[in-house]
Amino acid sequence: MTGRRPAPTLRLLRHLLLLAGAVVMLAPFFLMVATSFKPKEEIFSAEFHLLPQRWGGTENYVTALTQVPLVHFLLNGAIVTAAIFLLQVLVNVPAAYALAKLRFRGKATLFGAVLLCLMIPYQAIALPIYILFYQLGLLNTYASLVLPFTISVFGIFLMRQFFLGVPDDLIDAARVDGMSEYGIVWSVMAPTAVPALVAFGIFSVVAHWNDYFWPLIAVGDQSLYTPPLGIAFLKLNGEGTAYGPLMAAATIVIAPLVLAFLVAQRRFVEGITFSGLKG
Amino acid sequence: MADVTGRSVRRRDTAILTVPAVLLMAIFLLGPLFCVVVLSFTDYQLGAPAISMTGLANYVEMTEDETVRISIANTLMYVGIVVPLSVALGLGAALLIEADHSLRDFYRAAYFLPVMATLIAMAIVWGFMLDPRIGGVNFALKAMGFKAQDFLHDRKLVLFTLCGIGIWQSVGFNMVLFMAGLTAIPSELYEAAAIDGARDGGARFRLVTWPLLAPVTLFTVVITAIRAFQVFDTVQVLTDGGPNKASEVLLHTIYAEAFGYFRAGYAAALVVVFLVFILALSAIRLFVLDRRKQAT
Repeated sequence: MTGRRPAPTLRLLRHLLLLAGAVVMLAPFFLMVATSFKPKEEIFSAEFHLLPQRWGGTENYVTALTQVPLVHFLLNGAIVTAAIFLLQVLVNVPAAYALAKLRFRGKATLFGAVLLCLMIPYQAIALPIYILFYQLGLLNTYASLVLPFTISVFGIFLMRQFFLGVPDDLIDAARVDGMSEYGIVWSVMAPTAVPALVAFGIFSVVAHWNDYFWPLIAVGDQSLYTPPLGIAFLKLNGEGTAYGPLMAAATIVIAPLVLAFLVAQRRFVEGITFSGLKG
Repeated sequence: MADVTGRSVRRRDTAILTVPAVLLMAIFLLGPLFCVVVLSFTDYQLGAPAISMTGLANYVEMTEDETVRISIANTLMYVGIVVPLSVALGLGAALLIEADHSLRDFYRAAYFLPVMATLIAMAIVWGFMLDPRIGGVNFALKAMGFKAQDFLHDRKLVLFTLCGIGIWQSVGFNMVLFMAGLTAIPSELYEAAAIDGARDGGARFRLVTWPLLAPVTLFTVVITAIRAFQVFDTVQVLTDGGPNKASEVLLHTIYAEAFGYFRAGYAAALVVVFLVFILALSAIRLFVLDRRKQAT
């Protein structure tokens, strides 16, 4: 912040405070993994050990993976988040380009609508969408998990901001070459916007991999469960106190995002900070 | 420089670019928003063949509904506790972490981890840690000479427990918002303050950091409040609003009315109340964003 290093006692105090905080932040992760390795007797023993005294991990993970089709849930999560992001790019990037670089009738209205929609929390509109899907017979399908999120006004807003900074000469040159507007979006604009697309992608994947509210409403069939639904099912309908397998399942569910985060920390922080705009 | 707002192209070209987004926005955002307001003036039940307008009946019923009263009070309490604490802790973490280089990346990662870990899974982990007999938190309390508590089934404790989990989850998010604000402060200002006699960290904070961070703080408060109003996952999986409605919150009440009792009309009226809270906060946020834009 200031360039100057603080005095040694202050430096020590900084570490003491931050370490105490870090212990609180990380304790649930540590206990989750440690418990997933403990045998049942040890978890329910009146004596507490941080680390497993005997190995019970194999049994816990095998139970977690066989009691419910956890791998299938993970696959569902991957399919749904990937489909959402792909469609979000296809739908919203062209609109963002039009709003940033073209002049057309209704442009101000469209941008006003985007700003208005930015304020709508999706939980507030879940009920009418549920009724719509019920009428169309779409509940309990992959489509019901994906379609409501194909429009991302946040994505339009973010990409528009980025496109505003792309020089017009680039677009004019492509037009002289006879490229269509649609072609310009994908061959000229998108390649310049890779950092923004990555941030949008991380934001989108984290939000929808972790989403619980909408899948809980839209889907009742176990074969369509996403990881959050799967682990909640294991807790609420399975033996709620079979903590070993439950912690193993929790570890498996959060592992993909946490590992990706540890590999690409900075990008993740960036992508999630953008969501500050959305809330 | 003839045209600064954009190029005119053929109408068909623009349509190809915007029509999918416009249609989907109408179907999945603006349409449902309109419908939920209309629905709130009806007696519609999910699956029922008939629907009739009942005017303000749902809203009148709401004022006499004890569950709704408790639910709104609990939600406001939750927001009122989570927002100040998680914003203050986020600011403290950001200032301490940025004050020196040592272990900076480790701390940043540690504090940010809860933000992106699947909340429903971590809520279940917290449920285990708070178990009165075998939970880690109670082992720690007993080791320090305190009595074990049944954090999730004690009427007096349950809401505060959920607040604790909410704070744990959002500190890192606020921290990175503050870090972005801190890096935007030009270092010349600190040098100027030092020349003016602000030698110790406290004076520097009072004279430079805090005034320049104030807009970011307001922004962070609003965002955290919006997110806190949406509390649902932890309640649904850990307490189901209990014991005896002690942890009933707005979104959970809406969920129960709509999908537990199928009273769509009444649930829609509750959604409208929820929306009023969120939109009021969003309006503040837009106002702040606007002022920030003018300031830069």
